[in-house]
Amino acid sequence: MEYEAVIGLEVHAQVLTDSKMFCGCSADYANAAPNTHVCPVCLGLPGSLPVMNQRAIEMIAMAGLALNCSINHDTFFDRKNYFYVDLPSSYQRSQYDHPISTAGWLDIETSTGTRRIGVTRAHMEEDTGKLTHGGDGSLVDYNRSGVPLMEVVSEPDIRSSEEAKLYCAKMRQLLVWIGVNSGNLDEGAMRFDVNVSVRPRGTTAFGTKIEIKNLNSIRSVERALIYEIERQTKVLASGQTLQQETRGWDEDKGITEPQRSKELAHDYRYFPEPDLPPLAISEDWTTARRAELPELPDARRQRFEREYALSAQDAALLTSERSVAEYFEQAVTAGQGQPAKAIANWITGELFRLLNDSGETIGVVAARLQPAFIGELLGLIKGGTINGPTAKLVFEESFRTGSNPTSIVDAKGWRQISDTSAVRQFAEQAVDANPKVVNDYRAGKTQAIKFLVGQVMKASKGQANPQLAEQALHEVLDA
Amino acid sequence: MALTMEDVRKVALLARLRLDDEELQRMQQQLSSILDYMQVLQEVDVADVPPTAQVTDVVNVMRPDEVRPSLPLEDVLANAPAHEGGYFKVKPVFE
Repeated sequence: MEYEAVIGLEVHAQVLTDSKMFCGCSADYANAAPNTHVCPVCLGLPGSLPVMNQRAIEMIAMAGLALNCSINHDTFFDRKNYFYVDLPSSYQRSQYDHPISTAGWLDIETSTGTRRIGVTRAHMEEDTGKLTHGGDGSLVDYNRSGVPLMEVVSEPDIRSSEEAKLYCAKMRQLLVWIGVNSGNLDEGAMRFDVNVSVRPRGTTAFGTKIEIKNLNSIRSVERALIYEIERQTKVLASGQTLQQETRGWDEDKGITEPQRSKELAHDYRYFPEPDLPPLAISEDWTTARRAELPELPDARRQRFEREYALSAQDAALLTSERSVAEYFEQAVTAGQGQPAKAIANWITGELFRLLNDSGETIGVVAARLQPAFIGELLGLIKGGTINGPTAKLVFEESFRTGSNPTSIVDAKGWRQISDTSAVRQFAEQAVDANPKVVNDYRAGKTQAIKFLVGQVMKASKGQANPQLAEQALHEVLDA
Repeated sequence: MALTMEDVRKVALLARLRLDDEELQRMQQQLSSILDYMQVLQEVDVADVPPTAQVTDVVNVMRPDEVRPSLPLEDVLANAPAHEGGYFKVKPVFE
């Protein structure tokens, strides 16, 4: 029998505000000494009162809209009660049955086409403190306690580990794109819980659901699912049954293991948070949030294909990050009429390679390698001032120093030698120095001329115009 | 409405209360009678009343996203039974 997986994902994403969700402490927990960004509110001290961060709520609503959700008019916070040392108040302020946004979707591009994954809800909550487990005790830092967090719950629409990976990556791309999340998964800016079951392919009833909590990278999501789907399939195929449970992912061993069941872990006794008045969200407010959203990645990718006649692959690469898309369009605008496709090639080729090597972001590099330089460089190639290989050197020099291509070509003396008599001299030298190759050529191996062109380029330190070099060699050889 | 002993144990566990047998029995009686008393409210017809979580009629209370000073570390840790290197220190927690 063939089995298929049914997967739902919960994505927790920190919201990029300056201050915390309910107090004025800095939300920049990653770069602070322990317990230096805390106050009575985020320490859960008696008598303290939380007040909602307006920007956090706006940003979470923007994320909901970007996920095609409806923003609900009546929404409020609930208390989710449980005892754990990362939660100083013993309840997490979260949302239960009146989340801010519901019923949306996220499209993912799979190898077999676009798949629409339903988004059940996106709600607001607060992050918890951070524990370090040591020898004779655990150490607790509450700097992260109260950092605004959003949770996006998907429908069980995902059917493979590959789709789950694409969904997580798309979520990250979208939330970073709209400025709601940093995308720094290493710092815990996004965490994932997965629910997965398998069932005989072709059936519609759900199998027994297994939850894997607290995966902190997209790679872990994928690996844990590959393992878990195979495990469940084997159990069912052997005629055994599965127990609903929460399992933990062991990154080092590459397996999931049953977690010691936190007894009654799901008895959270939610009730409306009495310390926070509810929200009454107006149509106008929602419209203003929608207006704040930039053109979203899918729309921009499709527009790039249409407007600049780019391939689907180029358009996808250029919209992987918003800053890349901005850079590309600035380069086209300032490109002196150079074709968008050629500009795209320089960005996805040389620029991505250099960014990859230097580990910098395009936002940082744009201050040096200005978008206008790409069109300028293309102009220099087209006008015969430099050849292709030299252009790569110029580009790299621009990338490193921030000088414009023309001044680099002048300063380095890299202008292509298009003076026919100078090129002819190099050609004569090459012919004299390589009698064997010349014989091959004359014997009919016409490809041998490519070697001689190489010799001319070498002798001219790469500056000869290669077309002229070949022409000159023909003249010398065929004379 | 009589609570079972199992219910009382579960509630005690959720509240992290350790009760001995005699206390469990007393709580079973007391909690049951409290629930019985609340039964009175069940007689009220609330079909047209929306669930009420707040009575102030205040909505949309928010603050601008501005960072304000946090507490000095010595105040943060002043009531901590144990701390180490700026961290609160608790009994070992194993996950």
